[in-house]
Amino acid sequence: MLILTCPYCGVAADETELSPGGEAHLHRAGPGSEDASVEAYLYHRSNPKGVHFERWRHAYGCGKWFHSARDTATNDVFGTYPAQVTETPQNILEAIAQRRPGWERPQ
Amino acid sequence: MSRRLETGGLFIDRNAPMGFTFDGKDRGGFGGDTLASALLACGQLVMGRSFKYHRQRGPVSCGAEEPNALVGLGEGGLFEPNARATITPLTEGLRAISQNRWPSLAFDIGAVNAKLSKFLPAGFYYKTFLWPRAFWKHVYEPAIRRSAGLGKPPSQPDADRYEQVNTAADVLIAGGGVAGLAAAMEAGRNGARVILMEQGPRWGGRALIDAPLTGETIDGQPAADWIEMAVDTLETMPNVTMRLHTQVSGVFDHGFALAEERCADAGPAPVRARLWRIRARRIVTAQGAIERPLAFAGNDVPGVMLAGAVRDYAVGYGVAVGERVVVVTAGDDGYRTAIALVEAGLAVPALLDVRRGATGPLVERAQALGIRIEEGRGIAHVSGGQSVTGVSICAQDGPGEVIEEIACDAVAMSGGWSPAVHLWSQAGGKLTWDEGAAMFRPDHARPPTGADGSGFVLPAGGSDGAASTEDALRSGAEAGRLAAEGGVPADLAPPQAAPMPQVWVMPRDAGLALREKMWLDFQNDVKVSDVELAAREGYRSVEHAKRYTTLGMATDQGKLSNIGGLATLGHALGEAIPQVGTTTFRPPWTPIILGSIAGSATGAQFQPVRRTPMQDWHDANGADYEPVGQWRRPYSYPREGEDREAAAQRETRAVREAVGLLDASTLGKIVVKGPDAGRFMDMIYTNMMSNLAVGRCRYGLICNDSGFLMDDGVVARLSEDTWLCHTTTGGAEHIHAHMEEWLQTEWWDWQVYTANLTEQFAQVVVAGPQARKLLDRLGGMDVSREAMPFMSWAEGSLHGFDARVFRISFSGEVSYEVSVRASEGAELWQALLEEGEDLGVTPYGTEAMHILRAEKGYVMIGEESDGTITPQDLNLGWAVSKKKADFIGKRGLTRSHLADPERPRLVGLRSLDGTVIEAGAQVVGPGVTPTGQNATEGRVTSSYHSPTFGHGIAMALIRRGPERLGETVEVTRIGGGRQKAVLVDPVLYDAKGDRLNG
Amino acid sequence: MAEITVTRRTPGMVLLRGDLSSDALREAASAVAGAPMPERRQASLSGDTGILWMSPDEALILLPEGRAAEAARALSQRLEGVHHLALDLSDARAVFEIEGPWLREVLAKLSPADLHPEALPLLEVRRTRLAQVPAAFWIEAEGRARLICFRSVADYVEGLLRRSVEDGPVGLFA
Repeated sequence: MLILTCPYCGVAADETELSPGGEAHLHRAGPGSEDASVEAYLYHRSNPKGVHFERWRHAYGCGKWFHSARDTATNDVFGTYPAQVTETPQNILEAIAQRRPGWERPQ
Repeated sequence: MSRRLETGGLFIDRNAPMGFTFDGKDRGGFGGDTLASALLACGQLVMGRSFKYHRQRGPVSCGAEEPNALVGLGEGGLFEPNARATITPLTEGLRAISQNRWPSLAFDIGAVNAKLSKFLPAGFYYKTFLWPRAFWKHVYEPAIRRSAGLGKPPSQPDADRYEQVNTAADVLIAGGGVAGLAAAMEAGRNGARVILMEQGPRWGGRALIDAPLTGETIDGQPAADWIEMAVDTLETMPNVTMRLHTQVSGVFDHGFALAEERCADAGPAPVRARLWRIRARRIVTAQGAIERPLAFAGNDVPGVMLAGAVRDYAVGYGVAVGERVVVVTAGDDGYRTAIALVEAGLAVPALLDVRRGATGPLVERAQALGIRIEEGRGIAHVSGGQSVTGVSICAQDGPGEVIEEIACDAVAMSGGWSPAVHLWSQAGGKLTWDEGAAMFRPDHARPPTGADGSGFVLPAGGSDGAASTEDALRSGAEAGRLAAEGGVPADLAPPQAAPMPQVWVMPRDAGLALREKMWLDFQNDVKVSDVELAAREGYRSVEHAKRYTTLGMATDQGKLSNIGGLATLGHALGEAIPQVGTTTFRPPWTPIILGSIAGSATGAQFQPVRRTPMQDWHDANGADYEPVGQWRRPYSYPREGEDREAAAQRETRAVREAVGLLDASTLGKIVVKGPDAGRFMDMIYTNMMSNLAVGRCRYGLICNDSGFLMDDGVVARLSEDTWLCHTTTGGAEHIHAHMEEWLQTEWWDWQVYTANLTEQFAQVVVAGPQARKLLDRLGGMDVSREAMPFMSWAEGSLHGFDARVFRISFSGEVSYEVSVRASEGAELWQALLEEGEDLGVTPYGTEAMHILRAEKGYVMIGEESDGTITPQDLNLGWAVSKKKADFIGKRGLTRSHLADPERPRLVGLRSLDGTVIEAGAQVVGPGVTPTGQNATEGRVTSSYHSPTFGHGIAMALIRRGPERLGETVEVTRIGGGRQKAVLVDPVLYDAKGDRLNG
Repeated sequence: MAEITVTRRTPGMVLLRGDLSSDALREAASAVAGAPMPERRQASLSGDTGILWMSPDEALILLPEGRAAEAARALSQRLEGVHHLALDLSDARAVFEIEGPWLREVLAKLSPADLHPEALPLLEVRRTRLAQVPAAFWIEAEGRARLICFRSVADYVEGLLRRSVEDGPVGLFA
């Protein structure tokens, strides 16, 4: 049972109050995009064992989408942050670096 | 024979006699007894039979780890199978029955299995019944299923009530022995929010019985006094919650724990059990340790028990399991039992200690009591069938040559203690093998970790390997203090464990004849020889050997058998115990009642049922419902003598010929407003919505970005910056969520707000040639053809209701949807019925709605679409904008597979004989598949009998369907056979739209 | 356990979406509700009117029964030119008042929220899950709470609350 803090309303929400939204920071491939980038956008997911950025909606709460940085193997949570970003915020990256020295975002 | 002692029994109240029955016979016990102690007190040693060989089984333990003494309790709706007699509190009038025996516990036909044991080795069902093949299903399996199995499932719904409760804690402590109490006091003094839970009926754990035997004190006080002081102290702390009869059954990610409180075990209670869902910052596991049996021949004969259990029955319950008890032990613990028995006035003809030269206060005390101690000795075999009659003793280091036979009627065995590491391990804590103490114990450096990456479970007392009361106290207090401070187990020093020789079989060099009679798993009848056979047959992994032999798969989940089993496997494989490893520990710690998992979600609370404002009328007027998500929508309203299908046919005709009313309140209604709302609507819908005029409506489609159809519905433009989107019933929540997702995560700089207004309004469809007349009669709004043409809407006062009226149609008739405040929905419905009575107004349900739309060729989301269908597949390409630079799904729709002209597309289908084609039938294609089956080229998505046309009508998705009108195809039928059908235009009714626009 | 009562209430409710930190919105909402705009997760009440903080861009204005439609119009007039959404949602929701000494436990049996007085202080609005449906509740004073859910599941929620009451206190927070 994960417990994630919603960065909008500040509630430490039970997993049963949230709905999962898969991998975060995907880039939409709209009209004019190459087949390969459309395929990647629709289907390719990194599914790492370790540090992962993912989307959650506080569905049974304030209704807002947020992101969480979580280790998929240990369920360490490095932080949650609003979904209105295109990149992972620096403070989250620092928290990851501190607890997972040498970690690099997979290309 | 077991009996009640004349005196003694710390836990029982001899002034509170209680009557109960076992297999229908009247019995008596005392308050404070367990069912097992009361039965033993009555001389009833045999309480059940084993799973495979149906061997007679007496209790082997005195606690939750019990594998043998499983009984059925209660009757009817209160019947519960597989209850452990050793932890079932005796209550007045309790009714218990034995299990897995026929015709009686004493004489059981299935016991013949034991005689056949040579033919029923480990994995016998994988190799014995292979031929002839057909015999497995019809002969072997039914026979095995009849003879195997434990309790019977209840025949009636559970009549008890259950509930759940959620809470949080800084420190959750599992186990209320000395370590748990000490931890709670430290954490409580620290101001932490503490929950302390003990599975048993009393605080103090083993110290109540064990400490006085050797005169051990706690903090200078007798154990009982210290425990009382600790409980009193804790009860004064408002930050500490304490619960007896409550097992912490599972520890999960992020400090989540489940605990089950058996409320009714403490006396009459509104709920029988309560499941606690606890979010804990730190969890202290203080569940103690589990005594291990010894593997000697005949160790399953009733009367052979764990040494700790024998003294618990004697000291705790005033029960002698026998008059003459031989004690056999690998460590100090057997001495405690021998001392307790002698002090209770019973005979201990011999204490067999596998060790040589053991010393210490326990040994000295036993010697002082004159107990005969035999060093380096073990049991070669036990004599007796229904109960022990004697033991043959031998040298432990040898093949089992009998030195002496000793008459006795019970055996107390102690193979050492295994820390209860279950909760630690469940959430990912690792174990380390302590060779000197012969135990797996928590590795403090590799704990279960929480969200912040730090260890959140702190083991204490016996669960962490502590051997003495003093060590349990120190370790508990330290764990409690650290837990309150948010400390981690790495900062917690593991307590001292007692040295223990490793005795996995007795005698050490026993031959096969003896090993075939050494039980490891008493319930599932797994013996040392079975595990050795598994090893010989190549089962090297402990997880595989477990499943092959069923070792540890019984209801006790191997609490007594696992360590012996894996040691045996290791020995057979020539591997050390840490290399063999353990099987996985999974929740629950001990079985919990299924009812407590369901909690209060039974009856009307089983799942939410959503009700529309008109539901009371539907209920009162015979609606036959169908579930639509969590709604219950009237399928039809059968009248006297009608079935639901006939009613739907009548209702359909009423709409075509007069006027019908449909409760459409469940349809989604989402408001989209803002300066960027038009732009947003153009992204959400495949067609253009920004250019919709105020006052007008437009049918629209919503795709996901893959290009697949998600939903459809009519959009109305309410004002310059506001649109109202109607969705399907199922789409209300998820289309609103879909809009919010794109707004929040992709276009968060757009100025748009949405709101789901679905439940604010009651909505009624008024459809049919008399619809306009009916609304005119209600009065207040001009709904004429001129004032309100098809696909327009207006707002006004209709019959005194604040109403929005939409001129839209899902039936092909002149149709209005009238929307009023939900609280006025029932009144509107009633007004329409009254005003329309002489017009033939008829409420209709979802089936008539389906027939009407199918006659008109309108598609239905979820019938014609299934998440893999595009608008073009449904001939709705006209509603996909080619002008817009972008919309959700635009790029996806251009993918080669979605643009493939060979895709199945929507077409009408009419059977040649006019009958109704089966919905879901396959359209048979040419040729065969690579696996030799008939190829298909489509499927029937909807099919009804049309009262308007008098024959079956259907819609289907067929390869290149619209290009093949007039062609005849074959469709499958359930149960075989084919039916011929011709491809037709799906729009059968009023293709020109004269009636719709009329 | 007769000491807990569950009563259905029918206040007026206006959904207000907008930038809750903007002066224009705060003033307009306060004027209509007669109470100041609350801080995050708070309820700001004044008699039978008030404002609940629902999310960073959503507030729920509580009003006497029958006043919501007019209040929503008034809000939109005051906020002419300001991006917002104000709607009468009185009929889309059901409201229950729960009174009695152990009402925190009545709710703790149904919601994963921590009902401990330190975790859920008075006048904090908790949007959460109640058994299988979304709900929001706040404790106005010890012994009196209000709960809002969707209208369509009012019977289900009332059944949940009554069953929780019937099954008695847990002895956790009382």
